[in-house]
This record gives sequence, C-alpha cells and structure tokens, in this order.
Amino acid sequence: MYEIVKKEQLAANIYQMDVKAPMVTHSCLPGQFVIAIAEEDGERIPLTICDYDREAQTVTIVFQPIGASTEKMAALNEGDSFHDFVGPLGQPSELCREENLEETRKKHIVFISGGVGTAPVYPQVKWLHEHGIDADVIQGSRSKDLLFYADKVSQVAKNHYICTDDGTYGFHGMGTDQLQALWDEGKRYDWCVAIGPMIMMKFVCKLTEKLGIHTVVSMNPIMVDGTGMCGACRLLVDGKVKFACVDGPEFDGHLVDFDKAMERMQQYKTEEGRKKLELEEGDTHHGGCGLCGGDK
Amino acid sequence: MADMMKRVPIAEQEPAVRAHNFDEVCLGYTEDEAVEEAKRCLNCKNPRCVGGCPVSINIPAFIHAVTERDFKRAYEIISESSSLPAVCGRVCPQETQCEGQCIRGIKGDAVAIGKLERFVADWARENGIHPQPPKEKNGHKVAVIGSGPSGLTCAGDLAKMGYDVTIFEALQKAGGVLVYGIPEFRLPKDKVVAAEVDNVKGLGVDIETNVVIGKSLTIDDLMEEYGYEAVFIGSGAGLPRFMGIPGEQSNGVFSANEVLTRSNLMKAYEDGDTPIVHGKKVVVVGGGNVAMDAARTALRLGAEVHIVYRRSEKELPARAEEVHHAKEEGIQFDLLQNPVEILADDKGWVKGIRVIKMELGEPDASGRRRPVPIEGSEYEIACDTVIMALGTSPNPLIASTTKGLDTNQRGCIVAREEDGETSKTAVYAGGDAVTGAATVILAMGAGKAAAKGIDAYFKNKK
Repeated sequence: MYEIVKKEQLAANIYQMDVKAPMVTHSCLPGQFVIAIAEEDGERIPLTICDYDREAQTVTIVFQPIGASTEKMAALNEGDSFHDFVGPLGQPSELCREENLEETRKKHIVFISGGVGTAPVYPQVKWLHEHGIDADVIQGSRSKDLLFYADKVSQVAKNHYICTDDGTYGFHGMGTDQLQALWDEGKRYDWCVAIGPMIMMKFVCKLTEKLGIHTVVSMNPIMVDGTGMCGACRLLVDGKVKFACVDGPEFDGHLVDFDKAMERMQQYKTEEGRKKLELEEGDTHHGGCGLCGGDK
Repeated sequence: MADMMKRVPIAEQEPAVRAHNFDEVCLGYTEDEAVEEAKRCLNCKNPRCVGGCPVSINIPAFIHAVTERDFKRAYEIISESSSLPAVCGRVCPQETQCEGQCIRGIKGDAVAIGKLERFVADWARENGIHPQPPKEKNGHKVAVIGSGPSGLTCAGDLAKMGYDVTIFEALQKAGGVLVYGIPEFRLPKDKVVAAEVDNVKGLGVDIETNVVIGKSLTIDDLMEEYGYEAVFIGSGAGLPRFMGIPGEQSNGVFSANEVLTRSNLMKAYEDGDTPIVHGKKVVVVGGGNVAMDAARTALRLGAEVHIVYRRSEKELPARAEEVHHAKEEGIQFDLLQNPVEILADDKGWVKGIRVIKMELGEPDASGRRRPVPIEGSEYEIACDTVIMALGTSPNPLIASTTKGLDTNQRGCIVAREEDGETSKTAVYAGGDAVTGAATVILAMGAGKAAAKGIDAYFKNKK
C-alpha cells in the first residue's frame, strides 16, 4: 500500500498528493510518470510526476478529477493509501539529464504550461534551477481562481509570466499570445517545452514552428499498463507509430500528429467526463472531449 | 467395456450458454472419469509423451497413480517437474506435445494427458495439498523479473533447491500473461492462477508487485544495492505489432493485448472501473491463441465476431481445442484473407475493413505455405471494431537499461537454450523475452532450465 502523506486542494477541482513510494523515488526524474490505482480492481491512472523527495521517499502528483476513477482518488485523504502506485515510467525529460548538462546550458529555454500542465512543468524548471540553468516560464490558466503553483514556479523560474484567458490575473490571453508578445519585444528562445491540454500544445507547436523554436511536448494519451504491453497509447510521430509509455511521454512537438491524438482521446470518454472537461477548460477547450467537435 | 480407442468425454458448458458468460468452458473430469481415462494409458516402456513435454513430467507414472486412485501421489509426481500443473493442464498445446507423441493416437484418440493433469492439480487444490518448502535454505539471494510462467517456474524450482527468491512484477497482480492475457473462461484467475501463485509463495518465494525492473530499479541496482547474487529475466513479450496499413490509428482499432488486459487484469468484463469497448461487429486479425482469446472475449461482451486470417485453417497456430470452441460458440472464420485498409467514418471511428483474398503458394521459412494475394479480389467487411492479434516485439525496458546484456536483431535477449545463460555474468533469461511470443509451457521449460543453470552457476563459483 502506498500512503498519502499529504493532501492539498490547489484550486476548485485540482488536488495535490504526496505519496510514499520508495520504488518510484529510487531513480525517478522530471518528465517521467507513475500509474496509480485507488482501490483493488480500480483503473490504472497515469499521472506525470510533479515533484519527488528521495529522502522522504514521496512522489507528488497533481490531478483534476474527470471521471469515476479520478473522483475515487480525490476522495482519498491523508493517511489513506493507494492500492497500487508504480513507476517511474517513460523517459525522463531530455533537459533534466546529467549527461546532457553541457548542451542544456547553451539553450535559451521557455516552458509554456496550460492548466494542470503547470504541475509537471515545475519539477523540470526546479531541476534546471538546481543545476544553475535559467529557464523562463509562461504559465497559462483559464482564470485567476484556477491558478496554482505560481509561488513555487516563481522561485525557480528566471522570468515567470502568468496569463489568464479571461484577464483576471496577469497578461490577458493564452500562453501562445504571451509568447508572441515576448517575441515581438525581442525575446529569443531556441528551446520550448509545452505541457498542458493537447489542444494547447498543438497551438503552441503551430506558433513555435513559425518562430523556429524547437518544441518538446508531453503527451498524455489513454494508457492501460504503461509498460509497453497494450499499445493503447500509440501516437503518430513523424508518420511512425510511437508508444507514449516507453518512447515518450515527451516528443518533438513539431512531429506529433495532434489531430489524430485528440481523436483517439475520445475512445473511452464518458458523457460525464466530456461535460466536465468542457466546463473546466472553458474557453481554452477546443477539442478532445468528443462533444464539441473541437477545432475541426 | 468402453471403446478403448476413444477418450472419455469431458463435460463442457453448452456453446449457446457459455457464449454469454465468462465462466470456464471445460468443467473437468470427475474422479471416475479420470480413472477410466487413465486406464487407457499403455504405460509404454519407452514413453514418447515425456519427450514431448517441455518440462519432462513423468507422465506414465502420474497416470498410473491415477488408475490406482492415488491422486496425492499423482500430484507429487507432477510437482517434481512442474510448478503450475493446473495451468498447463488447461493451456498447453497438448496435441503437438505430449498427446501428439502418444501411441494411442496412431489409431484412435491420444490419452487425454492434459485433462488428467488438470484433474490431478484441481484435486490437490480442492483437497488442500500443496508442494512443500525445503527444510534448509542455502543463503543465496536470487531475483526473478516477471511473475509469468517462466518466472514462477524458475522461482519455484530455485526455492525448492533452497534459494532465497524474490520475484519483481511490474503489474499490480502476480501471474503475468496468466492474469492479463488468458481469459477467465479458459483459465480461472482466482480459483486456478491465484492458487498456483500461492503454491509458489508457499515454497518461500516473495513477490513484489508494482516494481518495473529497468525503470524502478535496474538489474545492476538489484545486484549491487540489493545484494541479489543472480538474476533471472522472465519479463515476457512486449509491444503489440500492428500491420502498418492505412486507417490503423482509427478509433475502434485495438491490440489484442489492450482488449485482453482491460478485460482480464482490470476485470472490465464484470465490475472493474476500467472501461472496455463493446463492439457490435468485431473483426479480429490473426490466427493464434491470442486471436482466439480476443475473439471469444468480444463475443462474450455481445459482439458478432469474425476472425480474419491470411492462411488456411490447417495453418492456424492456435490450439485445436480453442479453434473448436470458438467455432462452436459461433465465431466466423474468414480464412485466406488479409486486411489492406481499415475504413473510418468522418469522426475517425472504424466503419469497416477492406480485405484481399489470398491463396497458398510455396512454403516459406516457417515451413508453412506462403499466402499470396489474389489480385482484384478485394472487398469490404462492415464492422465497428478491429482487434489486431499479430504478436509482439520485445519490450525494450530491460535490454536498454542493462549494460552488457546482448540482444539479437529482433531485440530479444540472447540466452543459451540449455541453461538460460546470457552475455552478462550471473544473469539468466527465458520465456518470451528470449524467444518472442510463444507458449506458456515453453516459457516454463525455459524457466526450469534457467533454474538449473543458476544452481550450476553457484556450485561452480564455490
């Protein structure tokens, strides 16, 4: 059993948990993910690692309940346990590897996060900060009351830009608008990491392709085992089938077929989950739920 | 006197009934039926059946014990060679192994060795008889990666020799393919698999679930940090293969592994939280055991099911019994046909599959006649779900994180057949991770050979 050492509610429907999992903290790195199962015979839910403490042997996860299984997770409290918690899975972020340090130092890096995507961006920026590497962060949120992690990100980012779709806090606009604005002011980046809803990553990629910024995205397709067995998480990257769980989850965003990936996300969505997604993501929601017809 | 040329019939659920439930198809022999069938064994002086068994069970001896109604003795004889008899009696391809060698089979039915093995194992379980742990431990620690058939066998054999064995399993339940892959109606999970896993635990083997070797810990971590002196890799098959035809990314195209994992491991077929797609008309591509399992699972979830296979019935690689059962249950076999495209609607969901008819040409490398497309014979089959059961390619997690471990061109771990020895000292391997997708019993044979290899390694080290 994997005990929940700490639980926090970060925003209206966003939860953070620190979970005791020594086999994950033994060697996990930013960019990797875990699979959590709330109770016996529960669904395997993949979640990107949002932080970890090797000494306390805890892994931090952040999630937004959108269906029966994630609701069950949200109902767990401090002192309760996950029935299963396995990882780290997937490849670590290319930026957060000791062997790439020299290369990474030369880069001008910007992170763009959307919604819950801020959580997995944080450990990457933190890792870079701890290794003396600067990175800017553009943090996007639908509205001020859904904003979280702003303080934490500010402590590790070189420049931290917050933007809200409704203008209730910071820059009024989406992450892509903010990036364009910075670019117009003369800011230059050559490496972008975008993590958030697929549709947001797709539009970041459209912009960065135009601006000529290499862009890495963290894909979160449907998964079952997460260890390279079932093939549910397959994506088209540069026209080839890739498995997000073993080849990813990070890929060159300019090579990912987002439209196909978003279409595939609909496969198991419940009516309930679709409605929630639409509600939560509001104006930034342009597809993936299977209800709204997306951007097509 | 019964006809000695014919085997004693075995009770099965009626096809029309079982097509709508996940209960086991075959109900097994009663004691009297088992004894009667056992009496058909000629107790050959030179038993060819034993040579046909990958783990060399002393078949005539255990069958003889059954004729004497000494079922406990029969179980002990089987247990000398096999850690998973209740599993093997159900899933081994007996017709090409032990039963394929049986003298009785020349003029009549081979002795039902598999069904007798199953009977003995079930009898032992129902009567609370378990294999016994060794009296003394030898103090050596061995790690086994994967709790599938090869891992359980290797661990069980090593434990019997006195080794201190821990199995590391990536998933949340022990059993590997026996749990996630083979469906309940063929291999009951709680009754049979969990009981066999408990027997292995009863020998003193520890099983740690939710540990992905190659990710959570590497093999070097196991040996350097955790003090394991030898390692057996039985991590199984890997990534599902797809055909590479247009439309394969459409919604409603699944690998058989995905469908089976959702249904079996996650219990999507009953009360699990994990969703599964309930197709109305399902096409399963492939002709192996996994294809049969996926097809019969889809049928039980309420679909009309077609199996599309590019060769003829004779070449179907599945067990004869599975093909027979699938047909009885109403699954349609569209043979000598091969998909060329999956058709999707404007929302990206499968609406059909275009296939081309095939004919058999000259034998290929596998010795089977090569299927050749017949030009201009393409046609469409309407369906809403396509399940690809085309085998797997090796999982890269261990090979890519273990220095000094050689793999072949296909990505399989290279291991010597007779003892499982790999290119890395004290590391042994067997099962699908070495051979690519094969059978439960071949994996068990490899696990057994590796246990001997590991024991020899320790003895030579002294």
